Amino acid sequence: MNNKIKKILPQIITVLFVLGIFGFFTFNAQINMDNRGIDFGFGFLTQESSFDVQFSLIEYSGSHSYARAYLVGLLNTLLVSFISIIFCTILGVIFGVARLSSNYLIRNSAAWYVEFFRNIPLLLQIFFWYYAALRALPVPEKAAPWFGVTYMTIKGYYIPSFIWTNLDIFLYSILAVIISIIIISTYAKKLQENEGKQIPVFFISLGLIFLLPALTFFIGGVSLDFEIPALKQLSKTSYVFDGGIGLPPELIALVLALSLYTSTFVAECVRAGIQGIGKGQKEAAASVGLTPNQILKLVVMPQALRIIIPPTTNQYLNLTKNSSLAAAIAYPDLVLVFAGTALMQTGKAIEIVSITMLTYLSISLAIAAIMNWYNKKIEIKEK
Amino acid sequence: MFKVIKKLTSFLAMIAVLFAFTTEAMAKKSKTLKNTQKKGFVRCGVSQGLPGFSNADASGNWTGVDVDVCRAVAAAVLGDANKVKFTPLSAKERFTALTSGEIDILSRNTTWTLSRDADIGLTFVGVNFYDGQGFMVRKNSGITSVNQFKNGISACTNIGTTTELNMRDFFNSRGISYEPVAFEKADEVVAAYDAGRCDTYTTDKSGLAAQRTKMKNPDEHIVLPETISKEPLGPVVRQGDAVWEDIVRWSLNTMIEAEEYGITSSNADSMKTSDNPAIKRLVGAEGELGAAFGLDNDWSLRIIKQVGNYGESYKRNIADPGILPDRGPNQLWTKGGILYVPPAR
Repeated sequence: MNNKIKKILPQIITVLFVLGIFGFFTFNAQINMDNRGIDFGFGFLTQESSFDVQFSLIEYSGSHSYARAYLVGLLNTLLVSFISIIFCTILGVIFGVARLSSNYLIRNSAAWYVEFFRNIPLLLQIFFWYYAALRALPVPEKAAPWFGVTYMTIKGYYIPSFIWTNLDIFLYSILAVIISIIIISTYAKKLQENEGKQIPVFFISLGLIFLLPALTFFIGGVSLDFEIPALKQLSKTSYVFDGGIGLPPELIALVLALSLYTSTFVAECVRAGIQGIGKGQKEAAASVGLTPNQILKLVVMPQALRIIIPPTTNQYLNLTKNSSLAAAIAYPDLVLVFAGTALMQTGKAIEIVSITMLTYLSISLAIAAIMNWYNKKIEIKEK
Repeated sequence: MFKVIKKLTSFLAMIAVLFAFTTEAMAKKSKTLKNTQKKGFVRCGVSQGLPGFSNADASGNWTGVDVDVCRAVAAAVLGDANKVKFTPLSAKERFTALTSGEIDILSRNTTWTLSRDADIGLTFVGVNFYDGQGFMVRKNSGITSVNQFKNGISACTNIGTTTELNMRDFFNSRGISYEPVAFEKADEVVAAYDAGRCDTYTTDKSGLAAQRTKMKNPDEHIVLPETISKEPLGPVVRQGDAVWEDIVRWSLNTMIEAEEYGITSSNADSMKTSDNPAIKRLVGAEGELGAAFGLDNDWSLRIIKQVGNYGESYKRNIADPGILPDRGPNQLWTKGGILYVPPAR
């Protein structure tokens, strides 16, 4: 009996203690807010926000609600994180493999790259790209075209926008491609397991990806036009590009800084993963007659990925959280729009900060869940 | 078992102490005044650098008309206008700093609006500068009026300000599409506009005039004549301490009324023998005005002697540096302006 109490009581006390602390903070906040006549509540979310945002993926203006402004900020955060994660992965894999190259020049330049970008604080890099690199770009009327139709200016990067007709048919054709590739690869796997025959799945898939959507242009009545950005005069000396899509310099600076910075950490993860595979594995694979390509695909990569994924997940999480530094250069992310402007205009500090914290927590947990699922899929299945 | 009980009691004692602090804080009425006198300095929130209003020089001395309000309160409650601790705040941080108790006065070119006054636990005590929002453009753009603005114009401004809202109202009512580029710090806004990121820079006109002096080449920029909003700027205190609120309000009023009666920092002492009872009250030679706040009777005399009247403060901080030589609406009501304060009696 005494032993049981000894075991349980400390746990009960700990729980009570944690509850007590939370209770105290809530109580304290409530009293202080009462004293100052501040109401607590989430009713403000449905009110008209009455401020505009520079850049939004969904339709938004000040006549929409604060909840919509929250969504705009959230989508902008997700957008910059998504683009940066893709770029940092590509760069990270390239430089991670390059660090193991047998070529002296490639190996050492990759090492320099990693050491340089890894050891400069991220905020400084964001400032560098925004205040030094992009501010040095020409004003719109002096910008020379890149690839004939795109313009890089101090006000942003202007690219042509697509004008689709019958876009839905085109999208269905892509869906059909995805389904047929899945069917073909399952069939190929079965064929190899049962009869030992191999069919070139990769080339068949590649052919399908190009062929089927291209067919819709000729038969399905799908067509694509471009709206090319054109210079428009605002006043005697100032111009802006009209039409097309304008990517704000704030977004570009942020993507550059985030992907270059994080790619160095990804590169190190990749290098560690590949170096973690014993030499004997490759030699054993070669001795049973696998080609170098097959060794990489079937022996080295499946094992290396298991080492690479968990630390890389951390880097993706860091990148997403680091994207909140956007507020420093006026990129309208969740922190700037919601925890910045919306907080100021409503004064609902406790509500807005807790929503923002919960949001970042959810994004991070979601990324972690996806990566854990992927990790589980590729880990050794012990029977 | 004994150990467990000991742990439990110490935990309960801790909770009890924490609660005792909260209840004690609720019981006292002018907590802010007492705390200020105990600390020996007034905690004042100012801008991160706006010439004429609150700006620090190279050696860290703060000057400006907003700064002078805090100095006046320090002179009144502590007897020394220099006993102020200034906290530079961005527009985004300012209200949270005040409501959370980090500062006791917010004197940071802040616009008095209904929702700010009523909704977020703040109380505005008065107006120390009547302002309005305007636009700055490059002179060589040929733009001389807001009527020449066209679709696609990009406008730099600060986040967390009434400016953001007014700008929307303005462009929306005229059906002009625009790109708002909002930074957290005023310096960042100016740098972005100066570099050509934006076609126009919009904020309070006093702010435009002040920031213009900081630009690479001030003569290349002009402030457009139109004013698109009312921006009464004034000091703010936390809601819930009525006595402290009164002290700040009447410190500001004292400066304005002193100008009205011609009392300056240099002649304040000699005014004690004036024939006008209103003047005698302001310099503490008649009545017991300080008692209402729990202060001595010389509180207003100290404000005038150490900080000066409103006119002196304006001249020293805004007119002489060439920011806004013309006082415009910020002139006394007796001289065609709208500065009019209730009588100190």
